[in-house]
This record gives sequence, structure tokens and C-alpha cells, in this order.
Amino acid sequence: MVGILEDKDRIFTNLYGLHDWGLEGAKKRGCWNATRDMLDAGSAWIIDNVKASGLRGRGGAGFGTGLKWSFMPKEVKDGRPHYLVVNADESEPGTCKDREIMRHDPHLLIEGCLIASFAMQAHACYIYIRGEYVREREIMEAAIKQAYEARLIGKDNVHGWDFDLYMHHGGGAYICGEETALLESLEGKKGQPRLKPPFPAGAGLYGCPTTVNNVESIAVVGAILRRGAEWFAGFGRPNNTGTKLFCVSGHVNLPCNVEEAMSIPFRQLIEDHCGGIRGGWGNLKAVIPGGSSVPMIPAEQCEDLPMDFDALRELKSGLGTAAVIVMDKDTDLVRAIARLSYFYKHESCGQCTPCREGTGWMWRVMERMVTGEADMREIDTLLDVTTQVEGHTICALGDAAAWPIQGLFRHFRHEVEDRITSYRANKPHVQGATLIAAE
Amino acid sequence: MSVRRLAKDQPDSFAFNKASMKEVEFWLAKYPEARKQSASIPLLWLAQKQEGWVSEPAIRVIAEMLAMPVIRVLEVATFYTMFQLEPVGKVAFIQLCGTTPCMLRGANDLKDVLKAKIGPKNHVSADGKFSWEEVECLGACCNAPMAAINDYYYEDLTPESLGQILDDFAAGKSPKPGSYDGRGASEPKGAIHTLTDPKLYDGSYAKKIKLPNAPAKAKQAKEPAS
Repeated sequence: MVGILEDKDRIFTNLYGLHDWGLEGAKKRGCWNATRDMLDAGSAWIIDNVKASGLRGRGGAGFGTGLKWSFMPKEVKDGRPHYLVVNADESEPGTCKDREIMRHDPHLLIEGCLIASFAMQAHACYIYIRGEYVREREIMEAAIKQAYEARLIGKDNVHGWDFDLYMHHGGGAYICGEETALLESLEGKKGQPRLKPPFPAGAGLYGCPTTVNNVESIAVVGAILRRGAEWFAGFGRPNNTGTKLFCVSGHVNLPCNVEEAMSIPFRQLIEDHCGGIRGGWGNLKAVIPGGSSVPMIPAEQCEDLPMDFDALRELKSGLGTAAVIVMDKDTDLVRAIARLSYFYKHESCGQCTPCREGTGWMWRVMERMVTGEADMREIDTLLDVTTQVEGHTICALGDAAAWPIQGLFRHFRHEVEDRITSYRANKPHVQGATLIAAE
Repeated sequence: MSVRRLAKDQPDSFAFNKASMKEVEFWLAKYPEARKQSASIPLLWLAQKQEGWVSEPAIRVIAEMLAMPVIRVLEVATFYTMFQLEPVGKVAFIQLCGTTPCMLRGANDLKDVLKAKIGPKNHVSADGKFSWEEVECLGACCNAPMAAINDYYYEDLTPESLGQILDDFAAGKSPKPGSYDGRGASEPKGAIHTLTDPKLYDGSYAKKIKLPNAPAKAKQAKEPAS
């Protein structure tokens, strides 16, 4: 057998789009089966089972999904309706799993939206998809239309819970993946994160109680309830349960998306599903295990590494969105991270000064680290600046910009130092401290 | 942050045509009446679809339609990088992903192709047909390197296949979006070892089931409709 997970336990059975994405095909694969029974069992039952399954949010932070749902007010009060908002603004570099769900298994998401909305007393749900996913949005719109026509959702539907589902799209801003920026954007404003509290569960979309969940977190809910919380909790290590979509990109022979059991060893994931590292296992240099925002880890830590939240946190990295970016020995790691620094500079929303100014400053210094033109002492200055950005901003983009740089220097500082040394070796006129940090 | 400004040369006016108006109504119906400014991004996008870019008159028209101050719509148009504030190539507008996962798989080689065939980035070619820009992660990293051309994704590109795609556009054809490496989507190429069990697809999973852990008196537990 390949990998750990068996086919019978896979939730996204049309991950590769080899079968019909439409309603008929989805039903045949088990979607919309017994959905009415789940709703009849009541919202408390749904939330309890999602809690018992151990499902942790799949959007990066890994917060318990059932727990998040339980923060919503139990009753609809003062005329403020409840909303579910699905975060489909998939923009974290390396991540491309929600796209596959939306274009190949849209009904799993729609069903999940209904169940989650019912559990939180919401009659309306918005799916905020990134603007660039035009094809994916077209398919979602078509699938939603099918669901309305089959009276699976809408007014007086067969499930007995009036429910409207709308697609909304963004305009190409990474920051809108942050939940409060997403809500601002959904309200038609520029996507700048809000101060918390109030949290969305108290005042979210249009000032109403709102829960924002990732696409994958919502799309697995139907399967969890159909098969039982224990089934889902049976995969992975304690506190890191379930199945998970891994997006493996970079220097592997067969980059791909694959659904696997949580806590699968990194080496098994790469060798069973992705054709191994380009040039063989020994050619691995470093891995960014959870999307660009998490610090990289060097090859020697990857041998027996279980791919889950807690194991990666112990290595001062994170599972994030499980977007695994693999880099082999030919990679210029400094350049790879400098490009990410440019990304964060480009995507900073400009609201908080440490991030707006810091991301640009860090990028400019990183560019000089790439060529070796920097001064040796600037390494410590740069690391110091990363800690001044990290934790000093409204949202986590500041942290996300700082961590990749910290990860690089934690494990590969010698590479940058060698580069600076060799740059200077042949250029006596740049020796000494004549080059100062830009701005 | 990216600093973006409106183009120097602006048209005198803007109006949604009939087809776009239909779309506008489709979008407006999605939001509560008092919250119609939610439609600002979709409407700007429709204006861009119609004209190829977002002009100042378009921003004013949309502000009026949504009862928003013009400055708020201007803010949205300049904040979101998908809005093109200047005209782009009429036949093909290429948005090449240059972020690390694509860079690791050769996006920089693709830039050379674009430079050679079209010219420097963010400039429309002399005949007005082509332009290109480098964009940040487009979320198709398992199919890197890739580019979005006129909204759709062209994936698993090589300098050769990208060159061919550009030639096809120039020749008036419309090359198909998708993978140019023979893949259907993001599966491991030629080595799909998962999702092969026929039972997943023969309807076995559509049979009536009893929910595990279901409460004994399911009906009574149902929440009152609110």
C-alpha cells in the first residue's frame, strides 16, 4: 500500500477531477447522504461531534473547529442574524488545496456550509474566494445553482433549514486571508485587519455574529458526521487528528496534492506520493513545511518527522496549511527567502507601521544578503528587526514576514556568512564597514 | 504595500453595457439592500472585464450605483492588485507567478521568454496586443510554474510551451488553459496510486446509512427555527 491512508477513508474522492464534479456524481460518492438526519440530530449534537473528532482548523492556525463554533451566541438576538463565512482566499505561497476542493468536489463544501450554518443558527453563508480563481468560482456558482434547483439549499429546502449560500470574490490581496480583513473586504472596503476584540463571533460581518472557517475545515464536516467522530479521530497522533490535504511543491519528482493521514512521516509522504526528492533523498536541503509563513527546517530534521501541528511546532516551525515546499541542494536558499520577503512587502496592507516599513526594509537587506553585498553585522541587525516587527502588528502578517528570515538564519546562517565573505574577498575596496543598511 | 495610481489618460465616460448590467444585478442581489457596497469589488471587476481596465469614470459610476463616496471606491480600486489601472494587452494579458514555489521550478526562465516576446513587464507591446506582469502566488503551486492568461490558468509551463502559447495567441487562436505537462489537474503525473478503489465510485457510498452516534430521539432534539 502507498502511504498510510486507505482509499476507503479518503474524504476528497474526486481530488484529481477524474470524475463528475456535479450533483449526480457527488451524490454517488456519498455526498448529501443523511444530511437531513444530521440536522435533525440538532446543533448541539453537531458541535459536540465536531469537537470530538479533534478537527483543527485547516487554514493555518489549527484552532479547534468545534470550539470555534461554540463561541457563537446560542440564540439569535437583537435582530442581528448569524453568518458563516468561508475563507476561500487561498493565497499562502505553496497552498493549492482549496482550489481542488472547489473545482472538483464543490458539493462537499456546499453540504458542509449548510451543516455548519445550521449548527451556528446562520441562515446565510458567504464563500469568499480569491479573485484569481475565476474557473473555480464558475464551478462553485454552477454547483450552488444545482443545489438550489434540487432544493438541497434555499428557502423551504428538503433539509428543513432555510439557507442561502453566496459566492463572493476578492481582488487579489493576500491579506484578505486574515479573517477580519476578509470581513472588511466582504463589506466592500479595502482589506485591512480589524482590531480584536470584538471577535467575529461577537461582531463580524455587518456587525453580526460571524464565524470564519477555511474551505477544508468546512468540507470535511459532512464526512465526519457520516462516519463518526471516532473514525476521524482515529488518524494521526492525539491532538493532531484526522485526514489532511498536503500540497507538495518544489523540488520533488512528482509535485501533487494528496490526502493523507495526519502525522504521516515526511519521508513517507514524499517518497510514496511525490516520487521522492529530485536527485534522491540525500539531495534534500531544506523544507518549508506549512506554507511560506512558517520557518524552514533543514534536511537532517526531516528524516522521521511526523507531519502534524505539534511535531512541527517543537521544531519551531508549523504545519500551517500543510503546503510543503521542498528545496534540494541546488537551491539558493537566501534567494528563495528573499523572494518571500518581497512577497510580504508586496502584500502588507500598510496599516501598521512596523509591518509597512519593516517588510520593505527586510526585503531590501535580504536582497543584499543574496548577492553578499551586505555587512556581516547586518545579519544581527536584520534578526533584531524581525523581532521588532513580529508581535507588534494587528494581524499575523508581520509575524509571517519575520519567520521565514528567522528560519533561514537559524539553520543556514553560515551560508549567508560565506557569501558575504566571498563577495568581499576579491573586492578590497568594499572591505570594512563602508556599506550601511539601506534607509 | 504596493503603490498604485490611476492612469494619466482617462476616457470621458463609462457605462455598463447590457450584458454587464445583468451581471451587476446578479451581484447586487447577493447582499442585504442596506449593504450593497459589498458589491464594490465584483462591480469593479465587471467594469474591468468590459473595458479591459478600471478607469476613473468607472470608479465614479460604481460609487454612485453603490451609494458610496467616490474616495471609498477609489481606495478599493487602488488597494486590490487585480484591478488594472491602465490598459493591458488586448489579445493576451499574462500574469506570471514569480513567488518562491514557482521560482523554484523555473519561473525566472519564463520571464526571459516574456521579455523576449513581449518586452519589459508592465508595458503594452507596440501593437497593443500583449502585456505581462509578475504577480504574487496564484495558488496553483503543485502545477508550478504557471501563469494566468486572460483570467485562466496555464500550468506546468516550460519556456517552450509558454512560447508556443504566446505564438498561438498571436496567430488568433485560443490555446486551452490547464496543464501543459499532460496532467489533468494536480495529481502526481503518471503515477496515481490513490483513489483507485472502484467502490468509491460505484454508488456504494450513496446507500442509506444510519448516522453513528445519533441521538435516540433525533427528531425531538431539533432546534426551533429562528
